[in-house]
Amino acid sequence: MASKVITPTRMVLNQHKKRLKTARKGHKLMKDKCDELMRQFMDIVRLNKELRLRVEEGLTAAFASQTVASAIMSPEMMEQALMYPRQSVQLEMKEKNVMSVMVPEYTFTTEGDDSGEIYPYGFTMTSGELDDALMKLNNVFQDMLKLAEIEKTTQLLAEEIEKTRRRVNALEYVMIPDLESTIKYITMKLEENDNATKVRLLKVKDMVLQKNYDYK
Amino acid sequence: MLKIAVMGGRETVMGFKALGLDVFPVEEAEAKETLRRLAHGADGSNYAIIYVEENLAAVLETEIDKYKDKITPAIILIPGKNGSLGLGQNALRAAVERAVGSDIL
Repeated sequence: MASKVITPTRMVLNQHKKRLKTARKGHKLMKDKCDELMRQFMDIVRLNKELRLRVEEGLTAAFASQTVASAIMSPEMMEQALMYPRQSVQLEMKEKNVMSVMVPEYTFTTEGDDSGEIYPYGFTMTSGELDDALMKLNNVFQDMLKLAEIEKTTQLLAEEIEKTRRRVNALEYVMIPDLESTIKYITMKLEENDNATKVRLLKVKDMVLQKNYDYK
Repeated sequence: MLKIAVMGGRETVMGFKALGLDVFPVEEAEAKETLRRLAHGADGSNYAIIYVEENLAAVLETEIDKYKDKITPAIILIPGKNGSLGLGQNALRAAVERAVGSDIL
């Protein structure tokens, strides 16, 4: 520990004691923060996993329908049908504070001439399978948005937890033991000095007595 | 106003176009450049969420990692036309491992 030079004085001792107190308090707070973050993280991870499975299933189904549609329709027709969307999606993002981690929260609004109508094409030249594919895609879209929010939250929380845990460990295993051993070193050094002074005084007293009074 | 982008193969993104999202059909070669442009908002656009098809993920790994710790944009992997490759779940697993220290899922 005491790799750096420490002057063993009372002032330095007091300084170190104060720092140790702060470090202990900080460690406790950090640990509490880490625990709470972890608790919330676990909830979110579970949700994330569930959502991801649902989105992947939904998308796979939608793509399957689309594949069927593309087998029936020519690629040009299909592209033409989908080229001009009826609605446009506007996204709104708010920042939410979770244990001092800023996480996004999305709300979206669709703008279009007819809100209940997602098909941007006429029905004469297109197949029913395409309608099916689009409907499935539209259904899974809500979940996709939620997934984006949750997944981002997971990533941000993971980063924060990693950081906090590192700080907790640094305090617990480096900072606090370091300070403790420094304090011990200074206390012992001071005691040693005390003893040395005491012995010296006794010795001097003996010498003086002997010289002046021939005292034994 | 924020927007949502979808990046992937032409077939994959086509459906999203009809939903009113901004789609960017890309090949692997140009994917990196496109993602960088979208995430930066270089052309005045402001994308908060970028959905990326999984089979592009391998090429884009470094780019995606770069935005992992930022609040925007959220880059989310979605399965492509050929079904899920499990990369999205791997990302989740990596996040858990990062936070907890071991894989508990």
